[in-house]
Amino acid sequence: MENIIEIRNLVKKFGDRAVLDGISFEIPAGKTTVIMGGSGCGKSTLLRHLVALHVPTEGEIWIDGENIVGMGEKEMNQVRRKFGMLFQSAALFNSMTVGENVALPLREHTDLPNEIIQIIVKVKLELVGLTGFENFMPHEISGGMKKRVALARAIALDPKIVFYDEPGAGLDPITASMIDRLMIDLSRKLKITSVCVTHEMKSAFRIADKIIILHKGKVLQIGTSEEIQNSTNPYVRQFISGEPEGAIPLKQTSDAYLKGLLET
Amino acid sequence: MRLFFGKVGETTATFFAGVSRLYALFAEVTGGIVASFYEKKVVRTPHVFRQIVLMGVDSLGIICLVGAAVGMVLALQAGYQLKEFGATLYTGSLVAVSITRELGPLVAAIVITGRVGARVAAELGTMKVQEEVDALATMGLNPVRYLVIPRCLALVIILPCLTVLADVMGMIGGFLIGTLGMGINTYLYVSVSFDALVFKDIYTGLVKSVIFAMLIALVSCHQGLSVTGGADGVGKSTTQAVVISIILVIVMDCVATAVFYYALPS
Repeated sequence: MENIIEIRNLVKKFGDRAVLDGISFEIPAGKTTVIMGGSGCGKSTLLRHLVALHVPTEGEIWIDGENIVGMGEKEMNQVRRKFGMLFQSAALFNSMTVGENVALPLREHTDLPNEIIQIIVKVKLELVGLTGFENFMPHEISGGMKKRVALARAIALDPKIVFYDEPGAGLDPITASMIDRLMIDLSRKLKITSVCVTHEMKSAFRIADKIIILHKGKVLQIGTSEEIQNSTNPYVRQFISGEPEGAIPLKQTSDAYLKGLLET
Repeated sequence: MRLFFGKVGETTATFFAGVSRLYALFAEVTGGIVASFYEKKVVRTPHVFRQIVLMGVDSLGIICLVGAAVGMVLALQAGYQLKEFGATLYTGSLVAVSITRELGPLVAAIVITGRVGARVAAELGTMKVQEEVDALATMGLNPVRYLVIPRCLALVIILPCLTVLADVMGMIGGFLIGTLGMGINTYLYVSVSFDALVFKDIYTGLVKSVIFAMLIALVSCHQGLSVTGGADGVGKSTTQAVVISIILVIVMDCVATAVFYYALPS
């Protein structure tokens, strides 16, 4: 299986504190990979490194055969055209209509005439099940719809990879599973590699071909859905069961908290 | 004592760090504008026009009002003082010179800081908080080129225009008070006004307004893009954008006046 993303020994320090502490893994092409972990384990930070919003302290990030660490802005913008990103808050531009939001990457990165752009916008909106919503403003549609528009925008340039930051956050279970299904559909129909950051187990097991679990800035376990579900690691077990008691303490004394901070 | 010097040192460090960040933004903006001559899609003309409408056209009313009011106050105060020397006639020249040299550019800049600077900082700050700025970056669109340059260009174009308007309205305000209120002969008022005015008065005022425009745009955009946190951060940055802009405008006004009228040969 070919890997489209490879991360080698990624370290990110904010001050003295290492948020990511020597992370290495591969993401296979055309599959859905889920990065999981509790709040504050560094999974969002990791995702922001993958899309070059953060610069790592150490390590390499290879995307489609190119190391993006230390890359100039022009080359990076070329790499950025290979991926789209769905933000947690959807991040639609509020001053533009739904159609204009989806059209933006096409207008900025291609020289296509307006008629063609309009057709592509229609096709992309249809893919996410929002036919005829071009002229709505972002504040006129619901949260789930916003996520779907953001997804249409992320795939506007037919990227090889789509990154999802907590796609189900703030949505009801039905809408969240609808987004999951869209994700699977896109992977199958368009052969898109999906990389999804989430802490929702149900959704993760539903969509993932490969699961990476992070804990305190390190990779705790990598495996398929079944392997993770049958894991014997106490942290992973507690994470799956969602029990408050276990290897990961919920309540901490301030001493233990400080010690934990110093360790990471 | 140690605390005091620590505080002073910290504030100085923050000040210079801020200046260097503003300068970096300025360099990036000018770099982008230069690049627009040989690269496609660096500056989006429709965006610049949109900002011109939002910043300039929508500010016409308030600039007229404030400009006229300042002219009137100036004429009232000058007339009162000049009466002592029997020189009421020269109210016109005093109003004309002080408005074009100083008050027109300054008043326009301060009104625009409150109206446009705050708007820009709040808008960009909200975009930052809602991850829209990150979304731009991941789409391969440079936020400085996409968001900051159109706003800087629009303000640099529009503020000198608004300054001319403030100048004219100020002189009209002074004229009304001078002729109707103090009974100065209309023809005399106009002729002393124009006798006193020289071309340098007007162009130094306009050069100043270009500098003010750049300062306001850079400070507001910088404050907007450096928002952290949520609504609280946006509020703080908006206030700071206005306060810092006004301080810088007044300090810069001082420096520019000193340079134009003392350092440069007339």
